[in-house]
Amino acid sequence: MTGYQFDVAHMLAGGLVLVSFMLLYQDRMFALLNVFALHAVVLAGSVAWQAYIQAAVHLYVPAAIALALKAIIIPVALRHVVIQLGIHRSIETVVGVGPTMLVGMGLVGLSMVVMLKATGSSVDPLAREDLAFALSVVLLGLLMMVVRRNAVSQIVGFMSMENGLILAATGAKGMPLVVEISIAFSVLVAFIVIGVFLFRIRERFDSVDVQALDSFRGERR
Amino acid sequence: MSSHALSLEPLQAILVIPCLSALLLALLPGYWIAARLNVAASLATFLCAVNLLGQRPTPGLLFVDDLNVVFVVLATFVGFTTSAFSASYIAHELESGRLTARYLRFYHAMYQTLMFAMNLALVANNIGLMWVAIELATLTTVAMVGIYRTHEALEAAWKYFILGSVGIALALFGTILVYMAARPVLGEGQDAMVWTALIEKSAGFSPELLNVAFIFLMLGYGTKVGLAPLHAWLPDAHAEGPTPISAVLSGLLLNVALYAVLRFKMLLATVPTAIAPGPLMVTMGLASVLFAAFMLYRRRDIKRMFAYSSIEHMGIVTFAFGMGGALANFAGLLHMTMHSLTKSAIFFAVGHIAQGKGTQRLAEIRGLTESHPVLGWGLVLGVIAIGGLPPLGMFMSEFLIVSSTFARAPLLAIVLVLGLLVALGALMLRLSEVAFGTPDGKVAPVRASYVPLYTHLALVLMAGVYLPAPLVVWFQSVARLLG
Repeated sequence: MTGYQFDVAHMLAGGLVLVSFMLLYQDRMFALLNVFALHAVVLAGSVAWQAYIQAAVHLYVPAAIALALKAIIIPVALRHVVIQLGIHRSIETVVGVGPTMLVGMGLVGLSMVVMLKATGSSVDPLAREDLAFALSVVLLGLLMMVVRRNAVSQIVGFMSMENGLILAATGAKGMPLVVEISIAFSVLVAFIVIGVFLFRIRERFDSVDVQALDSFRGERR
Repeated sequence: MSSHALSLEPLQAILVIPCLSALLLALLPGYWIAARLNVAASLATFLCAVNLLGQRPTPGLLFVDDLNVVFVVLATFVGFTTSAFSASYIAHELESGRLTARYLRFYHAMYQTLMFAMNLALVANNIGLMWVAIELATLTTVAMVGIYRTHEALEAAWKYFILGSVGIALALFGTILVYMAARPVLGEGQDAMVWTALIEKSAGFSPELLNVAFIFLMLGYGTKVGLAPLHAWLPDAHAEGPTPISAVLSGLLLNVALYAVLRFKMLLATVPTAIAPGPLMVTMGLASVLFAAFMLYRRRDIKRMFAYSSIEHMGIVTFAFGMGGALANFAGLLHMTMHSLTKSAIFFAVGHIAQGKGTQRLAEIRGLTESHPVLGWGLVLGVIAIGGLPPLGMFMSEFLIVSSTFARAPLLAIVLVLGLLVALGALMLRLSEVAFGTPDGKVAPVRASYVPLYTHLALVLMAGVYLPAPLVVWFQSVARLLG
């Protein structure tokens, strides 16, 4: 592997972490969806680059799926949902932006320490750093799901987490194709399921704020 | 499968039957025939699973060993009895208008899809495939939990979905790490994800990577087992979905997730320089037992109460497997089997009780042994069993777990016994209110199917009084396998 191949892969994976941070501080619904589309584009670039440097043609498939599905179809569909439900105002957060960013930085530091240490001797340097970045993206996605009350932003958080997983899977050289397709497929299925739920929630609650759901808990009658 | 396309091997049959019947059930409009077909398909799957007992086909994409065959037989048996219970339960839901015929078609197809996914997760010889199957099982149960479409059901399904996905995502990350650890030894591609190859060649894996992988796998699949502090989805999902689903969730799906944890524990045990998985499992198990035991006192909903009891018992089982060693593993395996049988029996009773009373609130259910004697006494027996009182099967398994722990770590055993007693107290307190006294509220007669309920209870009683020697030998060999 030549130096510049390594650098580009590094840059794209690092870019994904950066976009994950951008997702954390969005306070408008449409902006959030746009940034998520950017997240998917960066992922697609990263996966395609991996396909190129590993000379693994089958990896272009997840790249294409990321580009078509996550960068275009899902954001458009979610945008439609947002407009239909009339929730395109600001997003309520549980924790303020400042503390969230600080926690996010802590998580990235943690994943660097854990992964770089654990993969010390046995794994090639690119895969090592890829894994560390991927874990950061996964943890930032988790963080986003925790600090956002709104159902749509939780979905976005979940999908950014899945993006991190795909980054990890493609970085792991030669990981069987079965798994990649299943990941992409499961995202699709997950989206359908959530979509169904959203519409049901809309039907019953006139709100997609998960906080509103909490007040209906079975035991607080 | 080449020239004898029609003569299915049992190993393939336990996957093909549920898969085909799911398709068929999705197309069948009539409820009556669909419910019967569901029972027939579940019975056929169970018979094939029993056939599997003596067989050990050469491992390919699927494989059978002493460990997973226990889970497969248990899963298909409870799946079969639950489908029989479901037939009478669902008839009532249709009459009372809580479910429409269209939803029932969906329900039956999903039931068989769940069976397919669980069997696939158990016999898959590939950690990626196992992950996919567990994910599929999660999605089908999410859809079924939300089927009533009430506020509570939707909230439960949403919570289950979000927490389940987070768990499953962490588990996938762990799976990728295991692949990374195996790749230098087994080479790139499919081979580095195959169980039988992983176990055989594990000596050369990087222990640091496996350590990190196990933590992710434990947290990820542990969410699905319902271990504290990742249990939040479990009570809601049990309380708000249809009762047959509560029965299969508690009796089966939790076990399947536990099976995944056990597999990776076995893998780690073969690498001496990796961390011992035991302490992590012991801690999470014990935390679940204590947490659930105290939470039991504050429950006001009958299904929610038994859901917390499931958290407690999965904690006990995880604790036992975490302690390890031949005796504790044996006891853990026995306890898991007993819990599946007892808890699903309790849910069979509770399902019909809730239909007869028209409520799940504990405060509105009184004097069951007078108003519904057969169901009421069934519930009493079930709660006595789940509380771990002699002479039923769970007494024996809990006794084995506690005594083997006393011999090795007395302090842990004291904490465990405390949890068991606190939980027993809560269950007895609620039971005396619910089962005895003068009945009040709605006392509608229920057309219930008592056979599944009492079959399970009879099996649990039998296990407590006399365990057949072949079963003991079988479980002992599995316990040795678990290390």
